[in-house]
Amino acid sequence: MATVPASVPRSAGLAASTLGIARRGLLKFARTPQLVVVGTIQSALFLLIFRYVFGGAIATGGLDYVDFLVPGFITTGVLFAGMGAAAGVAEDLQQGFVDRLRSLPIPRSSVLAGRSLADTALLVWSLAVTAAVGFAVGFRLHGGPADALAAFGLLLVFGFAFEWMFITLGLVAGTPQAAQGLALMVFPLTFVSSAYVPVESMPGWMQAVAEHQPITVMVDAVRVLTQGPAAEAMLGHGASWYVTRSLLWSAAILAVFVPLAVARYRRG
Amino acid sequence: MAPTIEAVGLRKRFGKTVALDGLDLVAEPGQVLAVLGPNGAGKTTFVRTVATLLRPDGGALRVAGHDVRREAGAVRRVIGLAGQYAAVEPAMTGRENLYLVARLFGQDAGAARASSARVLELLGLSEAADRLARTYSGGMRRKLDLGASLVGAPRLLLLDEPTTGLDPRSRIELWDAIGGLVAAGTDVLLTTQYLDEADHLASRIVIIDHGRVVAAGTPSELKQRAGRSVIEVHTRDRADLALAAAGLAALDHDRPQVEEATRRVRVAVAAGSDRLRDALGALDAAGVAVDDISLRQPTLDEVFLALTGQALDDTDAAGHPAA
Repeated sequence: MATVPASVPRSAGLAASTLGIARRGLLKFARTPQLVVVGTIQSALFLLIFRYVFGGAIATGGLDYVDFLVPGFITTGVLFAGMGAAAGVAEDLQQGFVDRLRSLPIPRSSVLAGRSLADTALLVWSLAVTAAVGFAVGFRLHGGPADALAAFGLLLVFGFAFEWMFITLGLVAGTPQAAQGLALMVFPLTFVSSAYVPVESMPGWMQAVAEHQPITVMVDAVRVLTQGPAAEAMLGHGASWYVTRSLLWSAAILAVFVPLAVARYRRG
Repeated sequence: MAPTIEAVGLRKRFGKTVALDGLDLVAEPGQVLAVLGPNGAGKTTFVRTVATLLRPDGGALRVAGHDVRREAGAVRRVIGLAGQYAAVEPAMTGRENLYLVARLFGQDAGAARASSARVLELLGLSEAADRLARTYSGGMRRKLDLGASLVGAPRLLLLDEPTTGLDPRSRIELWDAIGGLVAAGTDVLLTTQYLDEADHLASRIVIIDHGRVVAAGTPSELKQRAGRSVIEVHTRDRADLALAAAGLAALDHDRPQVEEATRRVRVAVAAGSDRLRDALGALDAAGVAVDDISLRQPTLDEVFLALTGQALDDTDAAGHPAA
């Protein structure tokens, strides 16, 4: 029988349990080649389609379409990478893994924190892949390297914020299929934004939506940081304008979805 | 020492469905308690409440002296939960799964490694320890799940239908593993739909239905009340049913049940195989032509009928969620 020495404290702290749960998320990803391969191929294919099929028909003013597109593509790619979290959370709930964790003497917040940490770490991988494909099809940086790094950091912040939205969807969905369906609702949101086409090409009422929704602000922040003055001229504001707004949006998304997810998780 | 589990008037409802309807139950230290009941009786709801996964709506529930509502953290320190679904991570090895849970119990790296290895050995999983759990058979996964509930060395092990869906051999292996733990002094609360499982593992059985206790006792007490075995006779001619029933009535104090449609008579008997010989003699003497005769364990339905005088209400059981 497994007896533990009496001196060992019978529970783990927040940091230790969060890291333990995050490690499981990373191992699961690394050992499921389908996730890695399919995700990579999918994003490469879509980038090629937009670049070469639609690209010729889309006018983007002062920027080459590829330089316009890739920031949008990378930003929405962060969302698509996060979508898996919804189904993953629902699956853990359905299969009893969450029950096991909830029956352990660990801080309850560590389960969701571990998940969001692991998924955000995985974003580094998916960002690297899309950026590499982007460079391969002709995307170039026209800003400084520090700005490019800032864009990368900003993308991780968006990813972390949206991760909590997907966790919440996964917790309320009931089944992995339903969670997947709910998560797919971000698709229209990405199209009604500046990610793939300039907002000015849309009808007026739609422009009003596209102009003010978070994805547009985030895409434009990445655009300005990677394309420098040409993008500022085209979009009308400087980097700090877009970066501030996208950080505010990220904070707002976190402020809504972290409490929702935690409350839903506690309720069981 | 405080009782391992003490439930008084425990209530829980989900919308309109009443899952626990004033459940009273006490499990003393050193006991293996089996909660037996049909689907929807409230077994899983009860285990999940003990495991602090659900908050009761009313009544009191204390685990090792700790209130599940106010001292949930203390309760989680003394329990280990293994569920109906094997809650292990398929993309991690058996050893990694156990190590993760041991670390979450607050063991340092060395202690976690040692207790994982001990539990793998105990469950006969040492050879498969470094294979990914997704390559395990159903029985092995269930054992690993049991192992995950053990690495924290809990005082009380909660097993929710531990062998449901397993093949007979895996079932017996799992029983042996659980039996070993019990011998080593772990208290167990186990739910099951199978009478033989409760009989095999438990020192005390509580039968519940519709969220209440309908009978409780040691396995032998319950079986004495329910009939230890059942003799079932399939007559060749429908006309012989009454004769067969009369012949079997003389065997024991239980009244034979006649099922016209299938030409069967069954009677509960207190003792084993010699009763089967007596039954054959009685039927022979009465001149009843027999197609088939068998001696078997009573089913849960028959135990219910004997203990409560009521048949299991199947339509209702099916209408409940698996709570």
